[in-house]
Amino acid sequence: MYDFNYQKPSSVADAVNAMKAASDGKVLAGGQTLLPTMKQRLASPSDVVDLAGCGDLSGISASGGSVTIGAMCTHAAVAGSSDVKGAIPALAAMAGDIGDPAVRARGTIGGSIANNDPAADYPAACVALGATIKTDRREISADDFFTGLFDTALAEDEIIVSVSFPAASKAAYEKFKQPASRFALVGVFVAQGSGGARVAVTGAGENGVFRVSAMESALSGNFSAGALDGASVSADGLNSDIHAQADYRAHLVGVLAKRAVAAAG
Amino acid sequence: MPTVSMTVNGKAVSGEVESRTLLVQFIREHLELTGTHVGCDTSQCGACVVHVNGEVAKSCTMLAVQAEGANVTTIEGLANGDDLHPMQEAFRNNHGLQCGFCTPGMVMTAVDLANKNKNPSEQQIREGLEGNICRCTGYHNIVKSVAEGARNMGG
Repeated sequence: MYDFNYQKPSSVADAVNAMKAASDGKVLAGGQTLLPTMKQRLASPSDVVDLAGCGDLSGISASGGSVTIGAMCTHAAVAGSSDVKGAIPALAAMAGDIGDPAVRARGTIGGSIANNDPAADYPAACVALGATIKTDRREISADDFFTGLFDTALAEDEIIVSVSFPAASKAAYEKFKQPASRFALVGVFVAQGSGGARVAVTGAGENGVFRVSAMESALSGNFSAGALDGASVSADGLNSDIHAQADYRAHLVGVLAKRAVAAAG
Repeated sequence: MPTVSMTVNGKAVSGEVESRTLLVQFIREHLELTGTHVGCDTSQCGACVVHVNGEVAKSCTMLAVQAEGANVTTIEGLANGDDLHPMQEAFRNNHGLQCGFCTPGMVMTAVDLANKNKNPSEQQIREGLEGNICRCTGYHNIVKSVAEGARNMGG
């Protein structure tokens, strides 16, 4: 890891200013991706701006049919939150199955979605549940937030404050883990909310998370696993690597979508 | 260079570090507490697990400066003089190690698991150890050790 200038501002506004002033700044949340990336010298920021001192980023609250999670909430905090478990149990369960206990104790929701790893779990949850991402300057719908491989709608100096999830009447996440890394080889999050049925897939797409409109249409009138009989996903645009070919991933999307719908009840 | 101060195993410590100094480097090289091991250095193997403010952390994936003001416990902080911690004793009783390289991280993760779940099932123990890799034992005796250690911790 190359050395850098470490900064620990005490407010989001100061963090934004630190990012604006840095020639090549990176925001540090839980560090479970950024630090390994810097060790490999795939990133070598001039400044690392640690959000751990910004006390206003770590609360979880439920009100008016939605649950709002501060950007610095760890996966363990989300998994154990009675507010999250009450409003969207599938979201708590998903957070409790990310990585391993040590990763969950430090990794954060804000860090995960800002990184937008194509195999991360949170992007699928955000898109399927129709989440809204609040930053220091605006609100962004999940559909507009995830723009491609490791890419988001965030400006370079823009910082996520919280993520709001509308409660869904039914929701579930099914993940087929890559056996070594435990990342999603494919993960499918399904939800039945006020805006209808949504199916979001992570781990499979070359450009990260995506929705499957054919499955959403099939589920809109009949939210049951049987409604997905015959619904398939094209292997075009899916990842092929040493762990799985694109056609295998496409197959897994169908299997996991059915399992998720069945689990959602 | 930044100065970092924290409490490690109940003792106030401080030192000058680089921003990029990892917590595990600070523990091993500055404090000379070499019980915490570096296995993969890529946050996968768990040999470097310590407790930071009561939560497990892979100390190879945390900067020393992030632990400013924190309360850190390493494997050296578990035993009470010559009396092993119940989890350490359980690993000894059940032959929960062979080469021993992964053991400090295994024990630290196991203590955290037992703190949060006083009577973990075999499945919960195996899931709880997902972030700790052992290349010797096949895990069987480690799982037995953790179950016994959790019982003897007062669960």
